[in-house]
Amino acid sequence: MALEKSDVEKIAHLARLHIDATEAQEVANRISSILDLIDQMQSVETRNVAPLAHPFDAVQRLRPDVVTEKNEREYLQKIAPSVQKGLYLVPKVIE
Amino acid sequence: MSRRTVAELSRSLARGEFSSTELTRDYLSRIKQFNGVYNAYITVTEELALAQATAADQRRARGEHGPLTGIPIAHKDIFCMQDVRTTCASKMLSNFISPYNATVVERLNAAGTVTLGKTNMDEFAMGSSNETSFFGAVRNPWDPERVPGGSSGGSAAAVAADLCAIATGTDTGGSIRQPAAFCGITGFKPSYGRISRWGMIAFASSLDQAGPISKSAEDAALMMNAIAGPDSKDSTCVDVAAPDYMATLNDSLQGLRIGVPRQHLAEGLGAEVESALQAALKVFESLGATIKEVDLPNSHLSVSAYYVIAPAEASANLSRFDGVRYGYRCADPVNLEDMYKRSRSEGFGSEVKRRIMIGTYALSAGFYDAYYIKAQQIRRLIKQDFDNAFKDVDVIIGPTTPHTAFKLGEKNSDPVTMYLEDIYTIAVNLAGLPGMSIPAGSHKGLPIGIQLVGKDFDEARLLNVAHQYQQNTDWHLQRPEV
Repeated sequence: MALEKSDVEKIAHLARLHIDATEAQEVANRISSILDLIDQMQSVETRNVAPLAHPFDAVQRLRPDVVTEKNEREYLQKIAPSVQKGLYLVPKVIE
Repeated sequence: MSRRTVAELSRSLARGEFSSTELTRDYLSRIKQFNGVYNAYITVTEELALAQATAADQRRARGEHGPLTGIPIAHKDIFCMQDVRTTCASKMLSNFISPYNATVVERLNAAGTVTLGKTNMDEFAMGSSNETSFFGAVRNPWDPERVPGGSSGGSAAAVAADLCAIATGTDTGGSIRQPAAFCGITGFKPSYGRISRWGMIAFASSLDQAGPISKSAEDAALMMNAIAGPDSKDSTCVDVAAPDYMATLNDSLQGLRIGVPRQHLAEGLGAEVESALQAALKVFESLGATIKEVDLPNSHLSVSAYYVIAPAEASANLSRFDGVRYGYRCADPVNLEDMYKRSRSEGFGSEVKRRIMIGTYALSAGFYDAYYIKAQQIRRLIKQDFDNAFKDVDVIIGPTTPHTAFKLGEKNSDPVTMYLEDIYTIAVNLAGLPGMSIPAGSHKGLPIGIQLVGKDFDEARLLNVAHQYQQNTDWHLQRPEV
């Protein structure tokens, strides 16, 4: 399946990536060749096959709903790009 | 001191032939001498290593040691290490100091290993040649013009060039086994869920698994004994106690039933790899095993299904890198969307962005059934193929890679060519089975690996089969001239 430049721009936006207009066509070509590889799956009939999401069909293990971690806000925020009064700072969201 | 296996080093430490501090200094000086050539390490943790070595020597003096106490190890830079830079070979995390330890690191620390540093890898473990690293390509110790394989290429090169005694790796589609084959060493991927993924930076959560990269199957068993088993911090880590992997290493192979996948002997397999495989099968026959061909009829679809499932999971996992809480943030964002987009576009390399986009596309409205559900259906067919084959055989043995290590730059112009490098290894991850690569030959001075695949959670059998092979051959003892 061949992707157009406009498809790449839409996918990039969904993934919150910026793709330069100059490289969009090359990205489209490369992804299209990968989709050709992926499309080999269509050669097999799978109508009655149940999808396998996890190799052992396992179910989620649960633990008691109790607090096990201690509050380490300051320690964990030491590595943040921008913090003020214990809050993460980002560009203004509401005008 | 160097060039020995962990088992040998452990015996020497026990006999007092040298201390862990002396051994660690020897490794650190080798790293200083050779890392410039191979680029196997992203970060060398010299101070930490010497402190851990001192602690290990004291522990040994008190008689509180185990087989790994004082053994110099390297961790793939995908494992979080507290207060140590953990980059995943990405600009995105080039300034990330982890606030906690991965369970694998925690358990090896508890066993008394000495951490020499963090090894290079493909960015976010996405690659088969270790050329996508933000910190530059790793070179193969057998021929620096060639790739070491990927994504655990730094760990494999470090073990092969003896810049550590043993290393950790991770394997999502072949990332332990393929570099082990290219570097002439032993690489072991346990069953999905055998080892905790806590603190191991996620690529594809239903496929990722940690494992040892070592000089022998015995060394892999020693590391497995330290890291395998349940972990309350990872709910996908199975709640079943791991056996003692050393206990069964010397079991006889008399009566072992080996299956060889017909589809892996077909077109595409290099003649030199096939002849090494046939020679290895003769060795197994001489040890009492029987050989028969088995069918994995859907194995040719494994790469296609993988390149939907792995990117889909990656696109979700990597959405956490948004420039808000940690990692790279672009300069002077004009608004929130600009900050997300530019932080991610400047922070990720092109292969990572490509896979995020494939995954985003496969999961997007209108395409989900045709790609994601279809791939999961193929995944079940692949799993069923293995279930059927294992009705008649105990282990499956075939090639790890189609050929020996290729040259730097040879395959990175076309992503599809690179993806097909993992044609024999990917199905094992889709089925969640244990797999390993052991050296079994050489062609024009480059090592050849063969792949052993076991039943669910039958790691002990694989290590036993590999160990018996290594007791009767010497391919695993061959080392490059560094």
